[in-house]
Amino acid sequence: MANALYSGRRRRNFIWTILAYAATAFGLSWLVVILATLIWNGAGGLSLDVFTKMTAPPGVVGGLLNSIVGSLIVTVMGVAIATPLGILAGTYLAEYGRHERLSIVIRFVNDILLSAPSIVVGLFVYQLCVVPFGHFSAIAGAVALAMIATPIIVRTTEDMLNLVPNTLREAASSMGMPRSLMIRQVAYRAARSGIVTGILLAVARMAGETAPLIFTELGNSLFSADPRGPMSSLPLIIYEFARSPYPEQQKLAWTGALIVTFAVLSLSILARVLSSSRGEAK
Amino acid sequence: MTATAIQAAETASRPMDRSQALARLKFGDVVFRLMTQFSALLVLVLLLGVAVSLLIGSWPAFSTFGLDFFISDAWSPPKEHFGAAAAIYGTLVTSAIAMLIGVPVGVGVAVFLTELCPLSLRRPIGIAIELLAGIPSIIYGIWGVYYFKPVMQGYVQPFLIHTLGAIPGLGLLFAGPPLGYGVLTAGLVLAIMILPFVTAISRDVFETVPPVLKEAAYGVGSTTFEVVGAIVIPYTRVGVIGGVMLALGRALGETMAVTFVIGNATKISTSILAQGTTISAMIANQFADADPGLFTSSLLALGFILFIITFIVLAAARLMLARLEVKAGR
Repeated sequence: MANALYSGRRRRNFIWTILAYAATAFGLSWLVVILATLIWNGAGGLSLDVFTKMTAPPGVVGGLLNSIVGSLIVTVMGVAIATPLGILAGTYLAEYGRHERLSIVIRFVNDILLSAPSIVVGLFVYQLCVVPFGHFSAIAGAVALAMIATPIIVRTTEDMLNLVPNTLREAASSMGMPRSLMIRQVAYRAARSGIVTGILLAVARMAGETAPLIFTELGNSLFSADPRGPMSSLPLIIYEFARSPYPEQQKLAWTGALIVTFAVLSLSILARVLSSSRGEAK
Repeated sequence: MTATAIQAAETASRPMDRSQALARLKFGDVVFRLMTQFSALLVLVLLLGVAVSLLIGSWPAFSTFGLDFFISDAWSPPKEHFGAAAAIYGTLVTSAIAMLIGVPVGVGVAVFLTELCPLSLRRPIGIAIELLAGIPSIIYGIWGVYYFKPVMQGYVQPFLIHTLGAIPGLGLLFAGPPLGYGVLTAGLVLAIMILPFVTAISRDVFETVPPVLKEAAYGVGSTTFEVVGAIVIPYTRVGVIGGVMLALGRALGETMAVTFVIGNATKISTSILAQGTTISAMIANQFADADPGLFTSSLLALGFILFIITFIVLAAARLMLARLEVKAGR
């Protein structure tokens, strides 16, 4: 009797254990399958042409130069907007307004923005930066990307500043340091690698973001470095070429996808290495 | 500016310079404080701005069609008649399929990581799952359309039609030809995409369970499964549900991957093998070509509806996770 009960419990435990193992194998196998298909289809198309030629109409050998440059320009502009904004807002939440009621609201709103659908952000930026000027522009794309990146930077900056021991702040203040100087010279320095990790993660997120660019930056088959007009970008060209009936454009889409994925994954791995080497963040 | 001011203060010899330098420091202090406060408020303004601008943009559609906008599934740009029902339906059904598969698997991986996995493998597997979360959605889209869709069309859908499709009643869900594109395909791709989010959050909340509780349960002879079922999950239930809602928020708003594989047909069908659309897929597909006026306004109205749905889901998720943090004493 007791034995039957015991073996039943063991059997149930065994079945659930197997299921947990199976779930993990299932989850990990997608990473392997997706990376393998990306390398399989994308690596063959990697050549000098990809980095030196413009996107071309079907039938002409083309590359992704304008898209790569466009992606870099828009991402840099986005980071340039989001980084100061995110760090300053995170500073307010962690330093000045840590216990204020308003901060609770802002923290909550920031967490909502952190996972808000990017396409909704795109629509908002369309209303804000495209409609008034009457045309699509890379600046609008950068604003949309900045809106996606800012909440990530706000969150990590606040978390990292919260990890800075108060004794450091007290020591600085006791020597008569003004609060703003204490924050910049002491707190930022102590939290630096964590804040940089947050920025890297935000860049990784921006690099692959497509949906909000469709109706802000629009895409451009020509080379353009003018941020006031439409500009090409890697995710947009993948979106366009992946649905193209021409094999050479499909191939370029896969190559572009490989480049984007490689960039995104190496950024997030770099961010993780950076944060674990200092042992500040998980 | 204040950095030079403090240098000035250090080198100051006369009391006049000293008070000037102090005044400049004070001024810099106030400016910096105001800058941080302004940035923080801007975050708040951004969310309000999203809601207000979308509401303004969608007002023509709401005022023209009224309640009909939510009920009608007719979407006809030439006739200038727009209804959101098909898009809302597709959004909800794809997300439901994604949750049905992604949540149990995701929680299973989290149980494996916290209870079963050897310590040396814990970090690499955790990172691998997090990398899966980092892959941009456009990659899931191109992979879905070139690899996942043919598999669905060639093997999974014919199999479902022949087995489950033959059952009366239930067969309605699996009726129609195996097209490859469709609601089920989109739901499954979404399931793969939300899996790492469910895992990451479940793992984090599982780790908040005090070891003493688990050790006590193991001490009286519980099996691993019993510890998970009787201690870990009840203790972290609110957090797990919060994480699940967060993943639901992702699934509802996911755009690129869905756009590639759902087929983009503006109709409601009982079969989950049929082609459909979601709110985000519709906006992504049609917005760039939409005429200004009622068409654009209707797409903005779809965006507003999506914003409201995800806002409610995400707000509930954050409140639940916050409750767990209070409990964990963080």
